[in-house]
Amino acid sequence: MPGKVFKPAKAHAVRLGKRTVSAERKIRVLVAKPGLDGHDRGAFVLARALRDAGMEVIYSGLLPSPEQVAEMALDEDVDVVALSLLNGAHMTAFPRVKKLLEKMGGGDIVVVGGGIIPEDDKPKLLKIGITGLYGPGSSLEEIVGHIKGRVRKERWGE
Amino acid sequence: MLRNGGEAYWRRKANAVVERRAEPGSLYDAVALESVRKGVKQWEERVFGGQAKKGPESRSDFQTASGIPLKPLYTPSDVMDADYSDQGYPGVFPYLRGVHPTMYRGKTWTMRMFSGFGTPEDTNKRLKLLLDHGETGLSIAFDMPTLYGYDCDHERAHGEVGRCGVNVSSLKDMEVIFGGIPLDKISTSMTINAPATVLTCMYAGVANRQGVPMERLRGTVQADMLKEYIAQKEWVYPPEAHLRLVRDLMVFCTKKMPLWNYISISGYHIREAGSSAVQELAFTLADGFGYVELGMEAGLKPEQFAPRLSFFFNSTMEFFEEIAKLRAARKIWATVLRERYGVKDPRSLLMRFHTQTSGASLAWQQPLNNIIRTTIEGLAAVLGGTQSLHTNSFDEAWALPTEKAVQVALRTQQVIAEETGVPSVIDPLGGSYYVEWLTEQMEEEAYKYFDKIESAGGLLKAIKSGYMQREIAENSYRLSRRVEEGKDNVVGVNKYAIEEKKPIDTLKIDFKAQTSQVKRLERVKKERNEAKVQAALAKIGRAFENEDANSIEPMLKAVLEYATLGEIVQVGREIFGTWREPVIL
Repeated sequence: MPGKVFKPAKAHAVRLGKRTVSAERKIRVLVAKPGLDGHDRGAFVLARALRDAGMEVIYSGLLPSPEQVAEMALDEDVDVVALSLLNGAHMTAFPRVKKLLEKMGGGDIVVVGGGIIPEDDKPKLLKIGITGLYGPGSSLEEIVGHIKGRVRKERWGE
Repeated sequence: MLRNGGEAYWRRKANAVVERRAEPGSLYDAVALESVRKGVKQWEERVFGGQAKKGPESRSDFQTASGIPLKPLYTPSDVMDADYSDQGYPGVFPYLRGVHPTMYRGKTWTMRMFSGFGTPEDTNKRLKLLLDHGETGLSIAFDMPTLYGYDCDHERAHGEVGRCGVNVSSLKDMEVIFGGIPLDKISTSMTINAPATVLTCMYAGVANRQGVPMERLRGTVQADMLKEYIAQKEWVYPPEAHLRLVRDLMVFCTKKMPLWNYISISGYHIREAGSSAVQELAFTLADGFGYVELGMEAGLKPEQFAPRLSFFFNSTMEFFEEIAKLRAARKIWATVLRERYGVKDPRSLLMRFHTQTSGASLAWQQPLNNIIRTTIEGLAAVLGGTQSLHTNSFDEAWALPTEKAVQVALRTQQVIAEETGVPSVIDPLGGSYYVEWLTEQMEEEAYKYFDKIESAGGLLKAIKSGYMQREIAENSYRLSRRVEEGKDNVVGVNKYAIEEKKPIDTLKIDFKAQTSQVKRLERVKKERNEAKVQAALAKIGRAFENEDANSIEPMLKAVLEYATLGEIVQVGREIFGTWREPVIL
């Protein structure tokens, strides 16, 4: 059963749907681009793919600051924050979102990332728990699997 | 097209193409055509069909990347409407076969490699290297803070200074970028949109310091704000405010910088955002017609500004569709400008364009394969008759390119130019049944899209409702699904994949750029005459507030006083406000 995609109530005011109440537990994901980066193709494809995989997807809209992304994640009570940047700012913006989440009480939220991420940057991001780090052309199935795997293990204790 | 929807012209044009294709043209004899039709039918049934029955075809469906279904063979019966008058000759209306009478026999395309990273010093060095290697035009990439109109010391710029282009916060930075490069000897393309007015003023400012008169400056700023809302999403103000600034630039340059191409109408980003070739063609041309209307609203005659409008297209892996798209684009532009906007001067009907190979087609897996992709895409651009070309580097799915990768990319187009013989004949694919059929198909589909944009209330309304944005996002998802499902294959990605550990070395940009840029900015602010800067900024504000004023002259004065990019853009933020995109999910 496909999920839904909508924007968060704060920062970007339009909301496209209500939170689904269902017996089946759904993964809630915030897809976000925390920086000055208009390359939203990957984020849109990912949002649709996660929706079709049955998740509830919230999209941050463009140009939120890391602070706004962390706030949205907590306000929307998400399981996962999926970060996307293709502007080379991932080494500052990604860790900042992670740190802010921890500081604001969302340290247990799964953080994954993707975009144009040079190989040499990956170990540092993985070390602080930002995983995935998929580049353009990655398999959607693989990304979905990665997110499901982490959520089930870390959030649902399966 | 720009402001009011409902114009019936586009639907008439779409219908005319459909009708034209149903009638045999003067080039074909009815009896001969009938014989071809019979022959094709027989071939399909007996020869092709017989073979095809023996085993399944290599794909489940044959279609172009735009989703146009393909037959196995094209013959005169597919282009029977050909009446050579609507193809014409190179340099002759409707320019389907090329805008120049001699095309590459006279002069090959300009090899223009887009570059810029780190500090102005880094970029100055890279530009000089490219000039030494035989590049003939410069092309500057700016970093995200510059593109969004923030100075390097703004909190939003943190971590982004110099990351994917060069940072420019004040005229001082531009003086360094072009240090030792005489502006009267080169042409420079600057990929800048929201702050294009400021950067044009800064370029004129560098010329001022070098003693080069403004009238002699040759180059391009992108300044195509319509496609920013549609695809690239680098805006500052609402659409109306940005259009007004584009108008100011058009009017100013028409008088003061006659050789400056002040809008590069860009399909590149529309395609990179995930559109099809058809959507790229249609949305880009629709934007172009929008700017024509904008200039006319400002009281300019199309003949005064149309020669300064240039285009920028994408060339990706759908080889024949790229070529057909570029051929159709020239024809539609010339036809509509003449018919609908009453343009008579032939110079104003020419669609001149730059092409860049597709960044989105590059894979991070097995990155050396990207050299091959870029070669094929570059060749398509040349066969499509491009005026200038940027070829991507193979390592760009990983990072900004290394010097070595850039050199390979430049050599790629030099090989096409020097070794293949392709430039010897103008529009060498003209007359191919398939290419001509596909070119007409592109034309028809483009007119249908123009009509849909009209039905959505015209370009501005369509942008605000997210019509084009949604079309692109849907197409992009469709393409991704096709690869995911194995309907389309990408070598090394979903087919012939191998395990690789760190396949290439990539360029590293340290964070020193931010520190040194902030320092330079501090120095600039200390040394400038603050009272003069504030007075100049106030004058820009007054120009912004008065819809009838032109804001470029006061902006130029402010730039020369070292008012910063961020300060000038901020004046507009306070007056015009900012923009929030429509929801398209």
